[in-house]
Amino acid sequence: MSILVNRDTKVITQGITGKTGAFHTKMCRDYANGRACFVAGVNPKKAGEDFEGVPIYATVKDAKAATGATASVIYVPPPFAAAAIDEAVDAGLDLVVCITEGIPVRDMIRTRDRMKGSRTLLLGPNCPGVITPDELKIGIMPGHIHRKGRIGVVSRSGTLTYEAVGQLTELGLGQSSAVGIGGDPVNGLKHIDILRLFNDDPETDAVVMIGEIGGSDEETAAQWAKANMKKPVVGFIAGVTAPPGKRMGHAGAIISGGKGTAQEKLAVMEACGIKVTRNPAEMGKLLKSVL
Amino acid sequence: MKIHEYQGKEIFRRFGLAVPRGSPAFSVDEAVRVAKALPGPVWVVKAQIHAGGRGKGGGVKLARSLDEVRALAGQILGMQLKTHQTGPEGQKVRRLLIEEGADIAKELYVGMVVDRTTQRVALMASSEGGMDIEEVAAKTPEKIHKVFVDPKAGLTDREADDVARKIGIPAASVPAARAMLKGLYKVFDETDASLAEINPMILTGDGRVVALDAKLNFDANALFRHPDIVEMRDLEEEDPAEVEASKFDLSYISLDGDIGCLVNGAGLAMATMDTIKLYGGEPANFLDVGGGATAEKVTEAFKIMLTNPHLKAILVNIFGGIMKCDTIAEGVVAASKAVSLKVPLVVRMKGTNEEIGRKILADSGLPIISASNMAEAAEKVVAAARGK
Repeated sequence: MSILVNRDTKVITQGITGKTGAFHTKMCRDYANGRACFVAGVNPKKAGEDFEGVPIYATVKDAKAATGATASVIYVPPPFAAAAIDEAVDAGLDLVVCITEGIPVRDMIRTRDRMKGSRTLLLGPNCPGVITPDELKIGIMPGHIHRKGRIGVVSRSGTLTYEAVGQLTELGLGQSSAVGIGGDPVNGLKHIDILRLFNDDPETDAVVMIGEIGGSDEETAAQWAKANMKKPVVGFIAGVTAPPGKRMGHAGAIISGGKGTAQEKLAVMEACGIKVTRNPAEMGKLLKSVL
Repeated sequence: MKIHEYQGKEIFRRFGLAVPRGSPAFSVDEAVRVAKALPGPVWVVKAQIHAGGRGKGGGVKLARSLDEVRALAGQILGMQLKTHQTGPEGQKVRRLLIEEGADIAKELYVGMVVDRTTQRVALMASSEGGMDIEEVAAKTPEKIHKVFVDPKAGLTDREADDVARKIGIPAASVPAARAMLKGLYKVFDETDASLAEINPMILTGDGRVVALDAKLNFDANALFRHPDIVEMRDLEEEDPAEVEASKFDLSYISLDGDIGCLVNGAGLAMATMDTIKLYGGEPANFLDVGGGATAEKVTEAFKIMLTNPHLKAILVNIFGGIMKCDTIAEGVVAASKAVSLKVPLVVRMKGTNEEIGRKILADSGLPIISASNMAEAAEKVVAAARGK
């Protein structure tokens, strides 16, 4: 098993004909079972055509009806990306992975409000995606650094996730799934949701949880883990050196009013029994030490 | 993106919010002209900079005659205004706002931000106006009243009235407060603001509710649909290095240290800064070159880092995924040559084609220090910055 996706997941690419969507769909199809998993693309103007053999439909609903897909990945440009999420939610997909970076916060507030009561899970936006090694990669992460195994990885940041995965792989520790939840302030799945999924996954033994300054999601997840998590969790928080009030690339990574500092997060995680390191070069080693 | 108070008040006026009469002035003569057009007998001369705490720093003064307006405008224009938000060197005052005086019966606080937990706009209001709201939140949290606004319904009459009463607005002035609060939500929503603050919002002697201050920040991701707001950007208030970086789609923030960092990805960039600190160094900047860094982008990034006179060493940390390490290595070599790099350079590259990348660096003849992981890279760059 794994979480969120596996070798049998059928995926629709929204924005398959754009430069980014085309490039990454190609990379994802070349990874493991990708060729069988990426079954459809969506572009209202190119319905009936195909992208390297992947049929293109006018809407997500059409694509789902024709292929039985249950997930989608979005590369649509920021001004239209929230509407693309809405469309996927309305089509009743199980999982929507939104890679697009730069969606206005107001759009996401509306989209998240619309999603209340819906069964669709949203990963992102502004995230690298999710990978279950040797089975399926949905997103922009480099597939080759991953190995199949029993460690779960969850992080807000893209390259920092790769860093953790790279360290684990070097130590001979494969991953069950690696999930990037994205760096935006208003998003879908959070650390706590991913921890829950890893907790219930019989093929995950331990989890690396990587956070960033801003908000209180890591604290919430840590408190949940203290009461519920049956598996060891280790953590790192980026941004100890970040000055208050400055936005560090990610829209979510901003400290305001003393809330959401790296020190506070690290302290809460430690108090909740999560082993943390202040040295990002040692995330892999720390995980190995708790096995 | 930040704007000045006078620009915020222009937006408030457009949305029908009550603000004092007044206009901006860019010179002493203009300040007097603006004051003459106002009734008096009291005027307020307000420094316009993108930082809070202007009053305490001496940037907001009351004038009781036109001569006094002239004297105060002369004093404040051009001064280095130091507040708790400007840093020790202060910010030069280039613009003023000249306003009519107000009859203040009560000072209140109103603010709006996006709350990540509820994923809604949060209205915060307090009877403790004019004070630092973070201090109020820390010392007397019960004095801050919050509403998490339903994006479909907007801020309702009932919610607005309830908050108004809780912060001590008398019954006769509740409709005026309601108009202000609902108007502020409309401003926040329709302009894609990320922060809206009125501190203080005042109750006047005759029962009116007026926005005496206006602080608006905007969501950078939404500026594409607000060309009128983009026009309000004042580049003189921003860090020149950060402005230059934004032209090349680089995310750059100046910091106080002496070790420059060039990294791909915001999270890894923050983690790299943290590692430098962990090994006893101080980062000079945050710099995320993004996922699609080209040789040209890397060169521009080097140029921007080198404008910092305190720079003693540079650390490049790249996790090459989609982006290949040999491409980055070529970019680093080209950039080092283009800027004739004088400070030590430590490079850590990981991922696709890392061996080819390392070979390109080694064969370049440049004195590049190579590192195989983040810890080693940090240790080496800290030593290099200290001249070891």
